[in-house]
Amino acid sequence: MNKPIRRVSIFCLVLILALMVRTNWVQGVQADSLASNTHNDRNKYDRYAYPRGNIIVDGERVTSSDFVDGLRYKYKRSWVNGALYAPVTGYSSQSFGSSQLESLEDGFLAGTDDRLFFRNTLDMLTGKEKQGGDVVTTINAKAQKAAFEGLGSKKGAVVALDPATGAILALVSTPSYDPGTFAGGGDADAKAWTDLNADPNKPMLNRALRETYPPGSTFKLVTAAAAFENNVFQNIDDKTETPDPYILPGTSQELKNESANEPCEGATLKVGMDYSCNTVYGKIGADLGRDKMREQAEKFGFNTTVDTPIRAVQSFYPKGSSPDGTALDSIGQHDTRATPLQMAMVASAIANNGSLMQPYLVAQERSANLTTISQHSAKQFGQAISPATAQKLQDMMVSVVQNGTGKNAQIPGLTVGGKTGTAQHGEGNTGLPFAWFVSYAKGADNKSVAVAVVVEDGSNNRDGISGGRLAAPIAKAVMQATLGK
Amino acid sequence: MTITPQGTPNRRNTELALLAFAVLLPVLAYANVGLAIDGSLPAGMLGYGLGMGALALVAHLVMRRWAPYADPLLLPLATLLNGLGVVMIWRLDKAGKLLYKNYPAAPNQLMWSGLGIAFFIVVMVFLKDHRVLQRYTYISMAVALVLLAAPAFFPSREADFGAKIWIHLGPLSFQPGEFAKIILTVFFAGYLMVKRDALALASRRFMGLYLPRGRDLGPIIAIWLVSLLILIFENDLGSSFLFFGLFVVMLYVATERTSWIVFGLLMSIGGAVVVGSTASHVKTRIDAWLDPMAAFAPDHPKGASDQIGQALFAMGSGGATGSGLGQGRSYLIGFAAKSDFIIGSFGEELGLTGLMAIFMVYALIVQRGLRTAIAARDPFGKLFAVGLSSALALQVFVVAGGVTGLIPLTGMTMPFMAQGGSSVVANWALIAILLKISDSARRPGVEPAPASET
Repeated sequence: MNKPIRRVSIFCLVLILALMVRTNWVQGVQADSLASNTHNDRNKYDRYAYPRGNIIVDGERVTSSDFVDGLRYKYKRSWVNGALYAPVTGYSSQSFGSSQLESLEDGFLAGTDDRLFFRNTLDMLTGKEKQGGDVVTTINAKAQKAAFEGLGSKKGAVVALDPATGAILALVSTPSYDPGTFAGGGDADAKAWTDLNADPNKPMLNRALRETYPPGSTFKLVTAAAAFENNVFQNIDDKTETPDPYILPGTSQELKNESANEPCEGATLKVGMDYSCNTVYGKIGADLGRDKMREQAEKFGFNTTVDTPIRAVQSFYPKGSSPDGTALDSIGQHDTRATPLQMAMVASAIANNGSLMQPYLVAQERSANLTTISQHSAKQFGQAISPATAQKLQDMMVSVVQNGTGKNAQIPGLTVGGKTGTAQHGEGNTGLPFAWFVSYAKGADNKSVAVAVVVEDGSNNRDGISGGRLAAPIAKAVMQATLGK
Repeated sequence: MTITPQGTPNRRNTELALLAFAVLLPVLAYANVGLAIDGSLPAGMLGYGLGMGALALVAHLVMRRWAPYADPLLLPLATLLNGLGVVMIWRLDKAGKLLYKNYPAAPNQLMWSGLGIAFFIVVMVFLKDHRVLQRYTYISMAVALVLLAAPAFFPSREADFGAKIWIHLGPLSFQPGEFAKIILTVFFAGYLMVKRDALALASRRFMGLYLPRGRDLGPIIAIWLVSLLILIFENDLGSSFLFFGLFVVMLYVATERTSWIVFGLLMSIGGAVVVGSTASHVKTRIDAWLDPMAAFAPDHPKGASDQIGQALFAMGSGGATGSGLGQGRSYLIGFAAKSDFIIGSFGEELGLTGLMAIFMVYALIVQRGLRTAIAARDPFGKLFAVGLSSALALQVFVVAGGVTGLIPLTGMTMPFMAQGGSSVVANWALIAILLKISDSARRPGVEPAPASET
């Protein structure tokens, strides 16, 4: 019987060998795809298995990791002043995933980023607890606070940029939410999450980057820029041939100004800007034509997604408008739509002598022991306009604040330029208008800041000054906070 | 080292050294879990180490007295697996305290392991000669059939998940299949030893195969039917496969005829096809094997189990070197992480490396058992040892193959490692019998008189 026993012995070895081959296949070949499978809950738990790195504003942490010692989740994310910074940090929830910086920088915050590998290995060898890296933002705490408090209970958004570098100094969206309310996995978290998602005011919408609004009269800056760049006008005091009212080309429809008393007929560019004359800039746009207008808008960043790294949705300037549509597009109505970030970029390019810098939110990534792993260096987005054009636009914006609709933004000791806007929206203008203020300020030490403010449902009366009345004081507060006056 | 006059070394000192290692390793693993989870050495570490060491030492001393020439590897290998199993169960208890409301299983497992070793000692002391068992050939058959059939008559519980392989008596539950494995082997060995000549020689040659006579086909068909009945009434794919496979292997060894293997394969394929296409329980298992991730799909079929998928995730996350004991999340596999799926838990925490080592240990046990079969001097002992060893091999293959997704899942327990009293006790008895056979095979000098019945 020994011969069959030897064969049985080989058979048994083959059985075990089959198990070994299969195990090698699973744990060797398929291991990575199984480990990273979205249904493999280990990834979810690993994210909270050790202290997550923090998001830093002005040297202070605006997030922290609380040790909760759960079996599945060892740590829970919490936010310092969550509602104020939610449009920057986003959320990081055990049950509901993550968003914005918490999501985009997840690998770094969680410590799984390859660039932290050396550090982590060292920590493992020295017996230190693994820790994620920190993400240092460009946000200026004072500016952020001023914007948030300025908006108060109103719906809206504020974006402030450093024109010289593109650093985002303030990024505010209201109403906001506290990501800490649903950071865990409990019933209260689930309820908070459901309530936030069901809220008709959409508190979780990042209005500064993800919502587009008709920019209204603030878009006249782009139209004026196109006029100078195409040499239709050389000087801000050049007279235009503007009838009042202006009949939209190809139609019998009148384009009116806010008030018949305004000196818009045949006004200079500067006066047209001071009084925000629709007829002046509608006609300039229509005369330039849709392609020249679009080219200029695109130089400012329209029709492009901007990653800050939080992705901003595309601001839109239409391709195929008819001449009458182009006239309306040119005063920021009709199909033109812009994010608050986009309008801040317009002001920033004008303030920075035409050079538009790439907006960015992350200044540094650093490991837990404060070693800098990556450092942002300022990049140019493009030359939006010539320095000469930029100077002319600056003069016009300063004039608006000194003599025109933007008087509420005046700051003693600072050069402030701005442009108001009151954009109609809704079918047949049934919705409340959006109040805009797009501005920049320069200090004596040549430091500058560009700010865009939008307040939804600005005013019941469409008298064209709600941008100046509602939005300009907020911009003023942000500029004062930034430049320290 | 003692050298007997005949020159056969008894290797008891080798066994003692290996045993020390087999105790030390789980104790270190225990310390590892404590350090990983609590950051301190577990409080019961000394007691656990001493307790396990004492049990192993007693078993060893008993062998020195009652089976001095037995194989030196089997006891240490079984001790190692049993010890590692208890550590993993203890480790999963620590997670389970927070996750599930089940009782801590490690103390029970430890108690059953103690009982298993006690049973081992009883067999060592009282089974003077394995050939005595030959007398009970037909009684064994009757007992085995009763044991196998019994679960079908007891109400199954929800916690059994479809398979009726337990007998519940109050708070106690008992898995008769584990004991049936041994008792059935007694019957097969005794029966085949008597009938081997008839089965081997009285046959016609057809197309290169020896076709057995119709009446000789009787037993194989009976066993085939019993396997199918187990499958149909108890939903127990694993036992069914195990018993039929065991019978075919033993038949092949007894008759030395390859044709039996061919018949066995044909009949098991036929049975599998018939039952697989009719029994929903089996069909579910096969579906889960073909697409283990189906349970995660949003439109997943009703009743689909995510266990294989979870086990695969665990093993994938463990990768080549594992997360380290206590540092994985094998509890995600669910309630079976320490019973049927304990291999998945080890795969995550010890990694591919650990599983390879564990499979090697099982392979070594099986090979030492088959080595014993070759060395055995009597046909009953040979058949008995082949049966016990290959039953172990088949069981390891069926369980681990199911958990790793190699074959459909069947729901048996990993010998020695998995949580479960019947399994631990039965497998310790199995090892004891193998050791007894090996002792008599390697014992120098005159053999004791053969038992009756022949």
